Amino acid sequence: MAPSPNSTEAQPVLRYATFVVAGHYFGTDVTQVQEVLRHQTMTPVPLAPPVIRGLINLRGQIVTAIEMRQRLGLAARADSQEAMNVVVRTDDGVISLLVDEIGDVVESEPGLFEDPPESLDPVLRSLVSGIYKLKDRLLLVLDIRQTLNLDAVVVQLAG
Amino acid sequence: MEDQEVIKEFLIESSENLSRLDRELVELEQNSCEPELLAGIFRTFHTIKGTCSFLGFTRLESVAHQAENVLCRLRAFELELTPELISLILRAVDAMRIHLASIESEGKEAETSDGELCRQMQAAAEEGKPASARPVTEAEAAPPRGQNGVADSAIRVDVHLLDTLMNLVGELVLTRNQILQFTSSQEGAALNSSSQRLNLITSELQESVMKTRMQPIGVVWNKIPRLVRDVAMACGKRISLEMEGAGTELDKTIIEAIKDPITHIVRNCCDHGIEKPQLRKSRGKPIEGRLTLRAFHEGGQVIIEIADDGAGVDVEAVKAKAINAGLLRAAQAESLSEREALNLLFEPGLSTARTVTNVSGRGVGMDVVRTNIERIGGAVEVASQLGAGTTIRLKIPLTLAIIPGLVVALGERRSAPRPGRAGSEDGVMHFIIPQVSLIELVRLEGGAARHSIERIRDTAVYRLRGNLLPIVYLRTVLGCESGEHASDVVNIAVLQAGDRQFGLVVDGIRDTQEIVVKPLGKHLKGLTCYAGATIMGDGKVALILDVMGIAQRCGEISDNNRERAHGGPGSTLDERASGKQAYLLFGSGPYKRIAVPLSTVSRLEEFPQSQLERAGGRLAVQYRGRILPLIPLAPILEPGAGDTASGRDPVQAVVFQSGPRTLGLLIDGLADIVEDAASMKQASGRRGLLGSAVIGQRFTDLLDLETVLSAGWDEWINGRSNIAQPDLSSLATAIGPRVQVSELTEAKG
Repeated sequence: MAPSPNSTEAQPVLRYATFVVAGHYFGTDVTQVQEVLRHQTMTPVPLAPPVIRGLINLRGQIVTAIEMRQRLGLAARADSQEAMNVVVRTDDGVISLLVDEIGDVVESEPGLFEDPPESLDPVLRSLVSGIYKLKDRLLLVLDIRQTLNLDAVVVQLAG
Repeated sequence: MEDQEVIKEFLIESSENLSRLDRELVELEQNSCEPELLAGIFRTFHTIKGTCSFLGFTRLESVAHQAENVLCRLRAFELELTPELISLILRAVDAMRIHLASIESEGKEAETSDGELCRQMQAAAEEGKPASARPVTEAEAAPPRGQNGVADSAIRVDVHLLDTLMNLVGELVLTRNQILQFTSSQEGAALNSSSQRLNLITSELQESVMKTRMQPIGVVWNKIPRLVRDVAMACGKRISLEMEGAGTELDKTIIEAIKDPITHIVRNCCDHGIEKPQLRKSRGKPIEGRLTLRAFHEGGQVIIEIADDGAGVDVEAVKAKAINAGLLRAAQAESLSEREALNLLFEPGLSTARTVTNVSGRGVGMDVVRTNIERIGGAVEVASQLGAGTTIRLKIPLTLAIIPGLVVALGERRSAPRPGRAGSEDGVMHFIIPQVSLIELVRLEGGAARHSIERIRDTAVYRLRGNLLPIVYLRTVLGCESGEHASDVVNIAVLQAGDRQFGLVVDGIRDTQEIVVKPLGKHLKGLTCYAGATIMGDGKVALILDVMGIAQRCGEISDNNRERAHGGPGSTLDERASGKQAYLLFGSGPYKRIAVPLSTVSRLEEFPQSQLERAGGRLAVQYRGRILPLIPLAPILEPGAGDTASGRDPVQAVVFQSGPRTLGLLIDGLADIVEDAASMKQASGRRGLLGSAVIGQRFTDLLDLETVLSAGWDEWINGRSNIAQPDLSSLATAIGPRVQVSELTEAKG
């Protein structure tokens, strides 16, 4: 039990898998991420909510792909730009998040953490559990559970 | 022989259950009284007890029964969980293990006495405190080990391992396909023969892996007759059993999962459902109760129906019980629908049986049923009629199952129905129709493709061998660009959804494949149009259509349309065709079934060709001293259509008379005279037809007599220019205001 270098030993060090969606830098708990994949052939699902981009074949497993730009209420990706897959494990199985770029794994520094500002777009704020003020940019911590709760999306669309 | 099988299975299962109990009981002691864990333990005892009771292992049963009693009180928080209590239950587990070992080696229960143990448990259950725990040597003696025989001869494989195996085989198949493609373009016999061998072995492997998972439902049903008999005897009832569809194959994991639920349901039906003979007699039912088990495929699911003709469920009693058990407030109960109330049966701790019997009545069975069925993604439904019986339907998904399916295509999805995306990366989408739902395929080409699908308001129909088949466009159902643009080829898949049939129009038909059904993720579960998904030979994902879901979706659509139709401007037609009346049915040209009200028909006549008189392309016959103009009907209805009627010998004419005006319409042949209320009306845009109706249960066109007669007359009279006929002028007068110049011109054009 070596003392941690920081004085905040109560706070466990979290590592975040990072990715970029429409210029925004997001991170999610790395232990939830199963793998990261390049662009995959997608089978669209007619009648599905627009946020569900389609189904991909992940080594014989059928995985639902969620378009993060749509989910976060950000501008649609240009057709020429291919989406990357961040495959996350959830209680309801494996889900792929479609993002623009994949970043490094980043360790959290609790001192840099802050709650999302009140003025943030309500959709974004409901999905971002906090912000790390990194040296060169802001890392938005994505709440995967909320992100995959698509019932909320329907409400948003209706409202 | 059969019993041996059953006992063997019981041994395998119980030895597994007991080892789990050991573990769970210890866990329970540590997590003092976690409700879920407790419920699980309780169910295990219940299952063992149930099986014992119909295998006739009374000692084993009584031990399990006593243990269950203790647990039941624990569950109701009437007893405190103490280590002594846990030891007591663990001793019961040991005692049961001794019996099991004895059954396996000797074929009967051990000659030990469990009396002391049972008494202690009984005392514990009654007083809330175990009696002084005197050791019972027999029960505590370690079960003989090292001779597990039967239990070792079968291996249980984790479902996940089988899944993995299945996926790996799938991947192997894909890789094999790629290699085959590659080698076919290469020279070299050695490589070719190796890849051929790879091909064979892979196919065989795939088949074997698939086979390891399939079992007929009969495996489960073999147990039922004995069970029914024993329960019936124990309750003093007479019950006959019918079983249909024992050959229906299900995935092994699904068979496993439905075994207990089915046993529970059957036991419940026999115990509570079917009444005692005297009662049945007084209610005017046959003394012998009937229990029916049916298994069949429907709409991509396997349905298992367990129906009794017993007393049915008293909905009010269920509500009262639920209120008593604290599951429901009285006010809530008021507003419950019957179906919701019936669903209460699946709540834990609810049983409407008035007495707790050895067989059932603790309210644990239905709870287990639902838990197990939902775990495999299925659903349970109860339908009940008080006094007439109860039907329980288990809907088992095809998840994990392998089914033959037809691959169909929907081409050129130009724009997906999603905002902000131009998702046009795919030219063609493939879907799969489960073969069980497919009846036949119809392909229409050329003119048939354009004209054979007719419309009744917004509903498209196709006449399939004289029957009206509702047509549904997959494109429309799935919300991809509406509009069935004129195509030279129309592919109709005729599908069976429940007791209905409909035709699904798709853009292309590929081939039939054995597919592995995979479940859709949680987010897509709500889409009733899909039964799952699968991975195609090229590695792409394809959706499996849920025929039932599609039918329901379309049913909703057409229901809406029907509502809209009511009170609409089409009501005059409704009035005209409403009520029962006799119709004359005949065929003419492309119309095989045309109807006119019989009351409007004057006579039916046949004239030999020799009697016909032709002048300037007109036909007439001398009849009762007059000229009877004869007009072929087909060209009036379908300008340009060949006249198939006037060449016949004799010609057939339907003679209409109104005042002095008499005309004969030449038809191809009489079909029938039926009395019917013309249902399902639809106005027609076609000249000479009022619209369509179902007459005599078949799709029929109603003749617009006025238009046809005036148009026919017009053609006839214009054709004969200079020849004057005195009675014809009077005819023209008789036609009267209907025949106005404007109308005539319009009719000609």
